[in-house]
Amino acid sequence: MTEHASNTIQADHQAPIISVKDLVFRRGRRTILDGISFDVRRGSIVAFMGPSGAGKTTVLQLISGQLRPDEGSIQVNGQEVSRMSQGELYRFRRNIGVLLQNGALFTDLTVFENIATPLREHTNLPEALLRRLVMTKLNAVGLGGTEELMPHELSGGMARRVALARAVVLDPAIMMYDEPMTGLDPIAVSTVRHLMRETNDALGMTSLVVTHNVVQMTKLVDYCYIIAGAKIAGQGTPAELAASNDTGVDQFINGKVEGPIPFHYQGAGAAWSLLG
Amino acid sequence: MANGNPTLPALLGPVQSAGQCLLFLLRMLAGIRPRLDLIQSTLQQTYLIGARSLVIIMICGFFVGMVLSLQAINALEQFGASDQVSLLVGKSLFRELGPVLTALLFAGRAGTSITAEIGLMRATSQIDAMQLMAIDPVQRVALPRFLAGLISVPLLTAMFNALAILGSVIFAVGVAGLDGGIFWTKLQTGVYFGKDFIGGVWKSLVFGGIVSLIAVYFGYTSKPTGAGVGTATTNTVVLSSVLILIFDFILTSFFV
Repeated sequence: MTEHASNTIQADHQAPIISVKDLVFRRGRRTILDGISFDVRRGSIVAFMGPSGAGKTTVLQLISGQLRPDEGSIQVNGQEVSRMSQGELYRFRRNIGVLLQNGALFTDLTVFENIATPLREHTNLPEALLRRLVMTKLNAVGLGGTEELMPHELSGGMARRVALARAVVLDPAIMMYDEPMTGLDPIAVSTVRHLMRETNDALGMTSLVVTHNVVQMTKLVDYCYIIAGAKIAGQGTPAELAASNDTGVDQFINGKVEGPIPFHYQGAGAAWSLLG
Repeated sequence: MANGNPTLPALLGPVQSAGQCLLFLLRMLAGIRPRLDLIQSTLQQTYLIGARSLVIIMICGFFVGMVLSLQAINALEQFGASDQVSLLVGKSLFRELGPVLTALLFAGRAGTSITAEIGLMRATSQIDAMQLMAIDPVQRVALPRFLAGLISVPLLTAMFNALAILGSVIFAVGVAGLDGGIFWTKLQTGVYFGKDFIGGVWKSLVFGGIVSLIAVYFGYTSKPTGAGVGTATTNTVVLSSVLILIFDFILTSFFV
């Protein structure tokens, strides 16, 4: 198993880099994901879309090993993530970069030290080389000159870009983005979108994106899964989804109120509570 | 049997929490290595939580010494033994009041700050980010703060004691008019370095460990919400204070 969890993700360009089969995940009595299966092709950018609370972020947390599935299998480059020990998970995660929704920068460290943290922890690079690597990544996200700033001195968009630089500093094979464009102005959204595409292609990564932003999704991703009602409600390329006749896909892509995807929380007694 | 006894779950809860807290301690201790980054971050935390608590500890120590002297002189005067004041003050300070009051002040000043800081790191996903970067947050965040608490409390206790003796001598000699020579002689001959002073140091080491462990554990396990961090911070002060007093009795009874 230790060998399986080796930090080298070997390249087999034929097989999908991520393969999820019959995945079931429950929180208490509520089933969040009910037997979903999908593959992710190496080098692609894949989006997970769907209404709030549908389980999109849960998919990322399951793939990165933050959560364990109740049933099913999650294979990343042939390694079964759901059965890894804590040590194996840590070795596995050295090849995964994750951009969390709020950036999650370390508030007591400067921008430079935030980006340098994974390098200091996992490599023994001399300080001069480490500095050069950090500055290269910082310049790549267009924030050269901010290295001495503290996170509270950055705007939301800048913080997201610093977090992106930190996530890719070890050149991971797989990059995961959780709502990378939420709360950003249109210019920052376009900047982040370009950075995601360029980073993915330049570093030969595979990217998974959780997003609500249908317009940006159509410009960015190669393939998309729509998750609703604990199932995959639709899938395809952005062009295929735009042309889809499926009522659920049409409702989500075009933001329609009426359709099979409910707006109200599906809990017991929701209607009755209005009467009491 | 379990279903029929409603007090059983109520008893099991604290036992389970205590077990998890001890496992957390073992997980921290298992990661102690002579690493440069651990030494650096422990020293930094010792400055942040230890050195920055110095002013409040010194002020409190000074006035505790003054009031101890005042009460001791009032009581001893009735027996014509007011020249024994330094003996009474020294014994009670080094054995009990110094370690206990310093630990209580440390829990209020630094313990709360540790819990709130770690809790906020959890609420803002910084702990998750570390785990996703394959960095163990227990080693990175909790361990340096725990070690810093362990180092700081005995040192702060020594400062508390020193300032309390200063406050005591100022009141006894300067205000009450006792003889300075007698004050220092009684202190020197009646208070023993090994039994009284070192005994207090051992106590303060245990208290430092208790406060620091509770502070890092409650911060690390706090719910990632404003209310969750607030509750964890309150629990740190309450539980630390209660445990300090309980362990003070146990240590005094059996060891010191």
